Amino acid sequence: MNIFVCVKQVPDTETKVTPNSDKSFIETSSIKWIMNPYDEFAVEQALLVKQANPAANVTVVRVGSVKDTEALRTAMAMGADDAILVEANDNLDSYSIAKALKGAIDKSGKKADLILTGKQAIDDDCLQVPQILAQMLNMPSVAVVVGFELNGTTVKAKREVEGGALEVYEMSTPCLVAANKGLNTPRYASLPGIMKAKKKPLAQYSLADVGVSDADRRVKYSNFQLPPEKPAGKKFDAADAANQAAVVAQVVGLLRTEAKII
Amino acid sequence: MDFAITPEQKEIQELALKFARNEMIPVAQKFDEEGIFPKEIFKKAWELGLVNTCIPAEYGGTGFSSLDGVIISEALAYGCMGMNTSFMANDLALLPIVIGGSDEQKKKFLTPFTTDFKIASFCLTEPGNGSDAGGLKTSLKDGGDHWILSGEKMWITNAGYADLFVVYATIDPALKHKGICAIVVDPKSPGIELGKKEDKMGHRSSDTRGIRFNNVKVPKENMLGGVGEGWSIAMKTLDHSRPLVASSALGGAWRALDLSVSYSKERTQFGVTISKHQAIQFMIAEMAMKVEASRLMTYKAAWLCDQGVKNTEVASYAKAFASDSCMQITTDAVQIYGGYGYSKEYPVEKLMRDAKLIQIYEGTSQIQRLVIAREVLK
Repeated sequence: MNIFVCVKQVPDTETKVTPNSDKSFIETSSIKWIMNPYDEFAVEQALLVKQANPAANVTVVRVGSVKDTEALRTAMAMGADDAILVEANDNLDSYSIAKALKGAIDKSGKKADLILTGKQAIDDDCLQVPQILAQMLNMPSVAVVVGFELNGTTVKAKREVEGGALEVYEMSTPCLVAANKGLNTPRYASLPGIMKAKKKPLAQYSLADVGVSDADRRVKYSNFQLPPEKPAGKKFDAADAANQAAVVAQVVGLLRTEAKII
Repeated sequence: MDFAITPEQKEIQELALKFARNEMIPVAQKFDEEGIFPKEIFKKAWELGLVNTCIPAEYGGTGFSSLDGVIISEALAYGCMGMNTSFMANDLALLPIVIGGSDEQKKKFLTPFTTDFKIASFCLTEPGNGSDAGGLKTSLKDGGDHWILSGEKMWITNAGYADLFVVYATIDPALKHKGICAIVVDPKSPGIELGKKEDKMGHRSSDTRGIRFNNVKVPKENMLGGVGEGWSIAMKTLDHSRPLVASSALGGAWRALDLSVSYSKERTQFGVTISKHQAIQFMIAEMAMKVEASRLMTYKAAWLCDQGVKNTEVASYAKAFASDSCMQITTDAVQIYGGYGYSKEYPVEKLMRDAKLIQIYEGTSQIQRLVIAREVLK
């Protein structure tokens, strides 16, 4: 059984994000990268499946820049067997990433029985790659999954819907499942795991190797900017009982005409 | 010359810091207040390979260098200096076996610590002997096919939970250092009486007790090295363990610096955040300098140890400087937090209480200066 886990490397949640000089993306030079937290649930789920099926092979795949391979190394230190890195700039759009992931899975020569991903990346929050990838691979998929069971070739996935209700889906492998928080508790990479990870194979492909070209880009970023700074608040003095009614009327008026919230 | 830690050490550090942030910091305050021994956290750290870093690979350990061990301990102390004292005490107790044990003793005593979660205690200090460790009174008498151990030990970390003691005792107090032996003792042996858990100022989650040995029979084969070799084993142990203790002070100081930086950017006085006031900036600059200097000295002391070079002098620099700096930095952190800093609702008063012990245990700051002066004036 071959399990593929797609992971993304995202800026640490404490990063102060600024646009880069040509505003085509965020400034990445001083960013500390971590594995996208939702992808950690996907890795953990793959490892749980492997624990129950020791013959299973877990491959982690990432599309992104090479200078820091943190997410792949972490996943292998947690217990994944091997990794594939598709070299690309960090500002690719969802379609190109999904196509590159598909290309990498095809190129690996392994038939994917199960694909696990996070439900979304916490940096650009596009929430599209899992669905596009499943479509490209012609596989059923369920996203925002908080419960997972595998019996033979049947996957039972529970997904959260609005109002706290759960939907339960059954599908046959091969299929794709996109994990949400609550699916499991990701393990730590142990120190012996970190040592072992160094000897695990990491294949490196270029975008051309996996059949992705500039023509595949559906979205190009052009003008990153910070949201406008919040203006200072207005103060109203209603200490004098005589003018309180007038102040209230003024505030209500401004909320209606200026802030336009009532 | 290279000041950078390796990518591998960076990964180890990140794991240890993640563990400190997720597992230790959220409960540190409660464990301190209620004096709870962090057994589950200790076990979890063991499962990840974060403790017993001194055990060589051939006996089932991770085979980490002294510098690796220091990087881990620094990060764990960032989480809680008190809990780290318990974790570190395992290494302190196992080091004499690594240093002075035979191959057979290492297999017998070290390997079980790699296959199961176990706790150990290093038993050197006595009620009447702290800095003057060479004048210890606990006696070891020849009982034919075994040794007979009698006497009293004091301030023994992990004593109430230990699966193994390494005890220092003398065959004749008149022989002074030359009569001292290091011996492995099973804490379940008949004749061992544990004192009550000490109610301490800081490091309140670590278990500290006195131990009384009443004619305890110890197998002959448990002696590390020969008769009279205990002192040299203890001194070599301290050369290895002082960088570790320094790293604990370093980790605590680093936390105090981080907390002070973030608090000073939040707290507003006179219309601006207090980080804009020069009085606060000077304290923070001082903290940052001292954390950096402590780190450089501590890493160097551990690195020398890994090179097989005698590190006594630098290890004492590191231990004295890092612990004195930690005391200053944590005191200033309380100052920066002001009234809130003095309250148990904020984390810095605990850091200040915890810092104090590191100036005392494993050779006081004054003893370190004696060691340094002796080396410098040689």
